[in-house]
Amino acid sequence: MAQRKACDTEALPRIATEIRKSVIRSLAEAGSGHLGGSLGLADVFTTLYFSVLKHDPSFPQWPDRDRLILSIGHVAPVLYATLAHAGYFPVGELMTLRKQGSRLQGHPGRDHGLPGLELSAGSLGQGLSVAVGMAIAGKSDQKSHKIYAILGDGELQEGSVWESAMAAAHHHLDNLIVIVDRNGVQIDGKTEDVMGLEPLADKWKSFGWHVISCNGHDFGSILRALYSAAGAPGLPSVIIANTIMGKGIKSIEGNYQWHGKVPTKEQAVDFIQELSENTNQREFDAIN
Amino acid sequence: MPLINRGNRPTKAGFGEGLLEAGKRNPLVMAIGADITSSVGVNLFAEAYPERFISIGIAEQNCMGVATGLALEGKIPVFSTYGVFAAHRAADQIRISVCYNNVHVIIGGAHAGVSVGPDGATHQALEDLAVMRVLPNMTVLSPCDATQTKLATIAAIEQCHGPVYIRFGREPMPDFTDGSKPYTIGKAEILRQGHDLTIAATGHLVWEALKAAETLQSRGISAHVLNIHTIKPLDTETILQAARETGAIITAEEHQVTGGLGGAIAELVAGYYPVPMEFVGMNNRFGESGNAETLMEMFGMKSSMIVTKSLQLVERKFKNR
Repeated sequence: MAQRKACDTEALPRIATEIRKSVIRSLAEAGSGHLGGSLGLADVFTTLYFSVLKHDPSFPQWPDRDRLILSIGHVAPVLYATLAHAGYFPVGELMTLRKQGSRLQGHPGRDHGLPGLELSAGSLGQGLSVAVGMAIAGKSDQKSHKIYAILGDGELQEGSVWESAMAAAHHHLDNLIVIVDRNGVQIDGKTEDVMGLEPLADKWKSFGWHVISCNGHDFGSILRALYSAAGAPGLPSVIIANTIMGKGIKSIEGNYQWHGKVPTKEQAVDFIQELSENTNQREFDAIN
Repeated sequence: MPLINRGNRPTKAGFGEGLLEAGKRNPLVMAIGADITSSVGVNLFAEAYPERFISIGIAEQNCMGVATGLALEGKIPVFSTYGVFAAHRAADQIRISVCYNNVHVIIGGAHAGVSVGPDGATHQALEDLAVMRVLPNMTVLSPCDATQTKLATIAAIEQCHGPVYIRFGREPMPDFTDGSKPYTIGKAEILRQGHDLTIAATGHLVWEALKAAETLQSRGISAHVLNIHTIKPLDTETILQAARETGAIITAEEHQVTGGLGGAIAELVAGYYPVPMEFVGMNNRFGESGNAETLMEMFGMKSSMIVTKSLQLVERKFKNR
């Protein structure tokens, strides 16, 4: 069967570090884009593509693959880096991000033919609706694949998200799993200052969803949440992944000003060095 | 063609029949409902194929996304709602989810024009053609009667590959085409040959255009009548040929005179063969409650207005020479 072999979970931290480095390199080269959210989601994307999703980079259109819908198109760099490291296209192509003629558009565009990309998206509040449609189609065809949708927490301020949340529960879409990137910040500041979302878990519960929370930077926690999401018959699942914007680079972690900012090439060198040192330190700690 | 009304029928009935027939032929066809299914002609399909009908409720934005998801999975989703809600409430979803992804989603735009009647301005779609026409990848259909709407709906489902908007009305209106000619998307129909001016009409106003042509004939003016049942892609060849042969064009639509059929034809002839033009339609205002016929009369969307403006146009044309 065409399916990528899930990798050893011990390899996930190293892969996530490589993905973060690629995100930093591609954004520094692009000169514009969204670093904070892309780094914050690196561990979730690594876990999905290297341990959980049923997919085959050599057969992107495999009909039985799990689908991943990225609703927050602005964190495209982490999707692109993950797809490249998973083998959908050469890692070197990441350096064309946001450039004219590139398959790596600023926000994902399917018309440019990037393998592994399921949806053109970037206007917030639309991805979950599309995922609901895909999940209904999967149910209608009695398929066993799952639909994963990545949403931002600020994005939940869009009313259309709740239209689709209502529909997913109404149609008992237990083949649909939403992951909310709960980093608590958006462009203007903290989500709770701009437009409060709490009590967030209760909101989803009251809409009829199976709700799970996890530490979005702890691979064990992410994996447990994803396994738990698969075990709620008749209910769609939402994982509120608590993440830190800019995770991995101490000087920018949690700083909302890095939502739509990129490093200079000099900063990129420092950031990549910081990631390498931390990984080496983690491995040293693990051995000793 | 002879001017024979085989009886008044709402064009939405044609949409419902077309959807049912295409659905019978192809199990991939699915319909999405936003509460108003019988009002927009989807009830026939929903009753015949309940397993292929998805109720989403009063949530047009979500409906467009759900349709996109279904289409990405190889289904052929048809979502019908009032044109005002399709074009405006869900405009961003149509632009990004439907059109940027270039998926084969069929959007039915019901309640076209002031002939919606008593419901008033909120429910009378008068800007939908303008909104849909500017979107890349979108095909825009505006058939003239119930019989043609059925053919257009089947064509949208069976012949297109990308997004399609198909517009239809609520009030019973003359059903005058006989359905014998195939509906060719992008090909205007020449309903009457003439040489003094061209009346290019769409939707309900095609019937009015034919009536106007008869009146004009009695006054010695020979009108060439085009049924522009596809607003996009526009049949540039037929329209430019008409411009060359008649030297004047009047457009007639149950829509704002800007941005819809009139706008589309003005853009075309301005670029390739400028001729004097007149525009029959809504003039930069909202509709209101009333009887369909009276409202169309009041807002100048009956044959009488086409005749008046045609006479002015022909006069302008000869003055310009």
